[in-house]
Amino acid sequence: MAKVLMKGNEAIAEAAIQAGCRYFFGYPITPQNEIPAYMAKMLPKVGGCFLQAESEISAINMVYGAAGAGARVMTSSSSPGISLKQEGISYIVGAELPCLIVNIVRGGPGLGGIQPAQSDYFQAVKGGGHGDYHMVVLAPSSIQEMVDLVTDGFDIADKYRNPVMILGDGMLGQMMEPVEFREKKTILPEKPWATTGNKEGKPRNIINSLFIDPQGLEDHVLKLYKKYDEMKENEVRVECYNCEDAEIIIAAYGTMARIAKNVIQMAEEQGIKIGLIRPITLWPFPVDTFKKWADSHHVKAFLSLEMSMGQMVEDIRLSVDGAKPVHFYGRTGGMVPTPKAILEEIKKIREGI
Amino acid sequence: MAKVFEKPKALTDKPFHYCPGCTHGIVHCLVAEAIDELGIREKTVGVAPVGCAVFAYDYFNCDMHEAAHGRAPAVATGIKRVLPDNVVFTYQGDGDLASIGAAEIVHAANRGERLTTIFINNAIYGMTGGQMAPTSLVGQVTTTSPYGRSADTEGHPIRVSEMLATLEGVAYIERVSVHDIKNINRAKKAIKKAFEIQLEGKGFALVEVLSTCPTNWGMTPIEALRWLETNMIPYYPLGVKKEVE
Ligand SMILES: Cc1ncc(C[n+]2csc(CCOP(=O)(O)OP(=O)(O)O)c2C)c(N)n1
Ligand code: SF4
Repeated sequence: MAKVLMKGNEAIAEAAIQAGCRYFFGYPITPQNEIPAYMAKMLPKVGGCFLQAESEISAINMVYGAAGAGARVMTSSSSPGISLKQEGISYIVGAELPCLIVNIVRGGPGLGGIQPAQSDYFQAVKGGGHGDYHMVVLAPSSIQEMVDLVTDGFDIADKYRNPVMILGDGMLGQMMEPVEFREKKTILPEKPWATTGNKEGKPRNIINSLFIDPQGLEDHVLKLYKKYDEMKENEVRVECYNCEDAEIIIAAYGTMARIAKNVIQMAEEQGIKIGLIRPITLWPFPVDTFKKWADSHHVKAFLSLEMSMGQMVEDIRLSVDGAKPVHFYGRTGGMVPTPKAILEEIKKIREGI
Repeated sequence: MAKVFEKPKALTDKPFHYCPGCTHGIVHCLVAEAIDELGIREKTVGVAPVGCAVFAYDYFNCDMHEAAHGRAPAVATGIKRVLPDNVVFTYQGDGDLASIGAAEIVHAANRGERLTTIFINNAIYGMTGGQMAPTSLVGQVTTTSPYGRSADTEGHPIRVSEMLATLEGVAYIERVSVHDIKNINRAKKAIKKAFEIQLEGKGFALVEVLSTCPTNWGMTPIEALRWLETNMIPYYPLGVKKEVE
């Protein structure tokens, strides 16, 4: 298939349609408005349904209903809207339904700002809503990767009957790059559990997250955690770049990983060897990759680069487990770290080694 | 021997957990009878609320989806958009529908979603132990209005049916009661009609059922039925609030 130039948000929407998603429920919020606009235009042409809900709460509950009825369905929003969706996400996990949720992150807390940020990391990977749960969180760093991860995200959601989140940011959403759509025939799985009507003689299908008996609820959560163990086993994705003889390894995802690659080039020109670990799944986190490089004698330190006050850095510290120092540098509120400032930070770390 | 009563097929064999004299059970029966008479059990999907009817998914013998508190109309919208040929209903209490889920019901009604909503108005929060509902009457004593609901500080009770009847997307709204046989029969007709409206694709349909909560009203079942008749009906007049041809 030929490459086409597309804006990140539109590429997400097109990829979803090509992946067989026919239902979209959302509520307007910057900087993700191109996703619903694209869906509103295109879904009716392929026999699908776009609906602008009265709020993000309603949108995610429409997703909950549609997913229960067996549809491949998605919603998208940005930080304040994703906060409102947390109740519904918790129910969808509890009821074991698949769906795709896109968060094009902007600065917070509160109304925050509309510029790109990565300050929803904790919310995305540590739960967000109430209860013991996780979802696979995918962090693309190019428009092509956004497209690929949307397709894979739907499949992962179906495989485990659990929501999947794409964590982007305003920069990726607004940026244009050439993309190629995979020529892949989507095969939607059978969903015998869906509420499509109870034919005589068949057991009834009930979509539910209520377990009034504590032993029943514990058993249910243990069953969810079995799935999470399988996800940790099968779904971890990570890119290692230039790590082979690096003395410092940067950890960065999404937009920050792109900037990190520029920094690595600049450092190289000054004779400094820097590597990059780019988690593509923020949950499950690539723990083993960090462990492996932490055990290499040439690696002296890690540096987590984030558009936040330092959230992923906690998972890196847990992974590295004291084997090597883990530093942090970031800007927040929609401010993006510059390569120059990052390089300064690296030089400071080297002086301390 | 002639059969005068039979348990509807659209109800399971599971015994209700409702308190003695609670009218939730009567309304469940009416809904199930309507489903049976219309022959739609196999294509019906019900959405249960959070409230005393939270276990409705154990009682209605059709596919069921348990929603979050107040969100049933949004969940039902998602189901109906995916399965336009199925019949989708919500069953909701007054805390669920008129308080936390006020936005969801208004917008589902306004969009004219082809849904049937059974709205149980018992003027109180049953499940959580008798707190004030948006439908509690002025002067009504509840655990969170221990001196009686004051219109000055808590506002007047919401007349949901009249409010929703102003919306263009609504095809049928009727308020009924289940405090005696005559009214139960009328309620049955209204509930059946609300399903027929959906089958005809006319728009949103809702039946508000004035109900009792003897437990949290602190009355015997008989006293509760009388209280409903003498206090609720004057404020919540029965009848059709909207019907499109
Ligand atoms: C988000 C949320 N808030 C509060 C509750 C607690 N809660 C459960 S049922 C209920 C009120 C139910 O009252 P109503 O809808 O009138 O139904 P009834 O029990 O009277 O049938 C409340 C507040 C909840 N489950 N979820
Ligand atoms: S608490 Fe009230 S509404 Fe709930 S089952 Fe008992 S009587 Fe019915």
